[in-house]
Amino acid sequence: MTLKSKDLLGLKDLTEEEIEYILRTAKTMKLILESKNKKTPHLQGKSVITLFYENSTRTRLSFELAAKYMSASAANISVAASSVAKGETLIDTGKTIDMMGADVIVIRHSMAGAPHLLARNVKASVINAGDGMNEHPTQALLDMFTVVEKKGTLKGLKVAIIGDIYHSRVVRSNIWGMTKLGAEVCVAGPSTLIPRELDKVGVKVFNTVQEALIDADVVMGLRIQKERQKKGLFPSLREYYRFFGLDDKRLKLAKEDALVLHPGPVNRGVELSSAVIDGDKSLINEQVTNGVAVRMALLYLLTRRDSVEGIN
Amino acid sequence: MRVLIKGGYVIDPKTNTDGVNDILIEDGIITEIGNISDELVDLNCDVIDAKGKYVLPGLVDAHCHLRDPGFEYKEDIESGTRSAAAGGFTSIACMPNTNPVADNESVIRYIINKAKQDGVVNVYPIGAISKGQKGEELSEIGELKFAGAVAISDDGKPLKSASLMKRALEYSSMFDITVISHCEEMDIADEGVMNEGYWSTIMGLKGIPSAAEEIMVARELILAEYTKVPIHIAHVSTELSVDLIRHAKKRGVKVTCETCPHYFVLTDEACAGFNTYAKVNPPLRAKKDVEAIIEGLKDGTIDVIATDHAPHHEDEKNIEFSLAANGIAGFETAFPLAVTYLVKPGHLTMSQLVEKMCINPSKILGLNKGSLEIGRNADITIVDIDEEFVVDVKKFKSKARNSPFNGFKLKGTVYYTIVNGKVVVREKVLL
Repeated sequence: MTLKSKDLLGLKDLTEEEIEYILRTAKTMKLILESKNKKTPHLQGKSVITLFYENSTRTRLSFELAAKYMSASAANISVAASSVAKGETLIDTGKTIDMMGADVIVIRHSMAGAPHLLARNVKASVINAGDGMNEHPTQALLDMFTVVEKKGTLKGLKVAIIGDIYHSRVVRSNIWGMTKLGAEVCVAGPSTLIPRELDKVGVKVFNTVQEALIDADVVMGLRIQKERQKKGLFPSLREYYRFFGLDDKRLKLAKEDALVLHPGPVNRGVELSSAVIDGDKSLINEQVTNGVAVRMALLYLLTRRDSVEGIN
Repeated sequence: MRVLIKGGYVIDPKTNTDGVNDILIEDGIITEIGNISDELVDLNCDVIDAKGKYVLPGLVDAHCHLRDPGFEYKEDIESGTRSAAAGGFTSIACMPNTNPVADNESVIRYIINKAKQDGVVNVYPIGAISKGQKGEELSEIGELKFAGAVAISDDGKPLKSASLMKRALEYSSMFDITVISHCEEMDIADEGVMNEGYWSTIMGLKGIPSAAEEIMVARELILAEYTKVPIHIAHVSTELSVDLIRHAKKRGVKVTCETCPHYFVLTDEACAGFNTYAKVNPPLRAKKDVEAIIEGLKDGTIDVIATDHAPHHEDEKNIEFSLAANGIAGFETAFPLAVTYLVKPGHLTMSQLVEKMCINPSKILGLNKGSLEIGRNADITIVDIDEEFVVDVKKFKSKARNSPFNGFKLKGTVYYTIVNGKVVVREKVLL
């Protein structure tokens, strides 16, 4: 089996089989990651460029390490957000990188659809590492990997996602991915942070965190960007925590063996209480490890498409 | 020099003409309509066989952008008027968001003079309501009028201040010049890039609520009622806007309004896949809005179909969706879209379409155009509404290619465009 597209732009475009294939591959990669000698030749002779138009520490490092563990040449380009509008166009930048022999370009951009534009204009495979409020597919894949690793499957699970749904690309990717694998996704957050007509995309939308949490198998908190409060989308972090914060008491509404996830970085005492973050339900640290495994899997699958083409 | 149009089906509700007739044009003026004898045919007479075709008053566009002066890389008066002629338009009114802004006499005169020199259709400039379209001080509206502006509008940069709009209405009433409002409450539209709804949610793009348009439509209707000065609402795109205008008309408010083909043909789904050609302002809306626009056209709430021809350079569309320019190059698809989506499904008769694309825009802008009366300048469009063609943006006469309709199969081809008696399009070929 191969991935149909040369790029990974979002989970909206992947089939259930493709997602499962990526997760299976990531399982193998995790074994490599946990071995003593974290080096494989899978990507020898390949180059991976991270092109980041937004600040990022963990996602970028995760991709870079994934590439290096598999022996790829890796390089980073950071473009200041301020130069997006007036500087070189994305297409021109992409073509330049392409002509230097990039096999994979990992892009993060503040504008939805930027990876799609890049992908149409380069020969290299493009991986979306987050585009505006649209998608963050590798984050969702690592979330799903983490759940499947613990629960065996996503089928029939109730996943409660709490927080700033409106601005979250993590939510969108998780909605597409998790519902494709048979989970029931419920969301809750301040009503000013719920996008319009979200109920029509196959998720349940609740106004209280309690309703969303009842009998949940997986609970995911989302990062609250402090500047959203300044824009008047909710009155204060204090009030947010009071109505939507996840603490031990609220978590009791979820199933006994519920898992707690968060894409990080966490604002302690805003989205989650410190006790929950550091508690035994929390998989926040494991998510980070799994992120590298999932990204190794993707780099591997996308760079071997050429050599296996025609076999299937 | 004479032109004789033979045997076409002539429609002009203003003169109650609805049947097969011949039209004689002498020295650019319509001199006879009826059954005209072939005796007139001689070497000095250009005979056009219009059998099986509709002969209409030349189309009048109440809203377009010619980008001249200042943005000639997108379009200029020559290419823009040629595009208009190819689409069957004989008179067009262009918006003032040029560089410099058409907020003073000299820019208005420049446009009029350049149109006389390079243009192939009649061009009527629209002046800015406020200096520099900044929404702070009124432009010299009287001077704009005397220089030849047919209306005033801050299209694209709506007046934030309700009091300035009130004053614009009051002041302009002295000069009998139409005030056109682009309704968009920027505070609520914020940084949105497409309609807020299902598709913006799916694509993770910031939405523009329909309320952004409706709030300002309501404001303008209230101000028009209060000042008793007529107002024309540009490019209506939502269900509630139509309803508010319908209600205001019932109350006797002197309001007229227009919509554009994309608002009765496309929904916001057209933006899927980050299709920047479907990025336009106001944004493409939901299905219920499209249905309401059609209803508004049928019951007469919407008076005019305008193009909002908004040409852009390819580089301004082939970029990130959020950065891409708003607008659709609409001259060359407007008439066929109206035929295909309004006349063919039975929403409008050809006669009603002539009202919305000829008579009403002409009346609202105070032009002596849009009908086939004897003694008028001969602005005539001859069309075949059954002939099908596939839209190919590469064949546009406009400099621009930005259209979401590329590849659409449409009915309604322009065979002849005659401007002041001069044949500009002959047998589908722009001369």
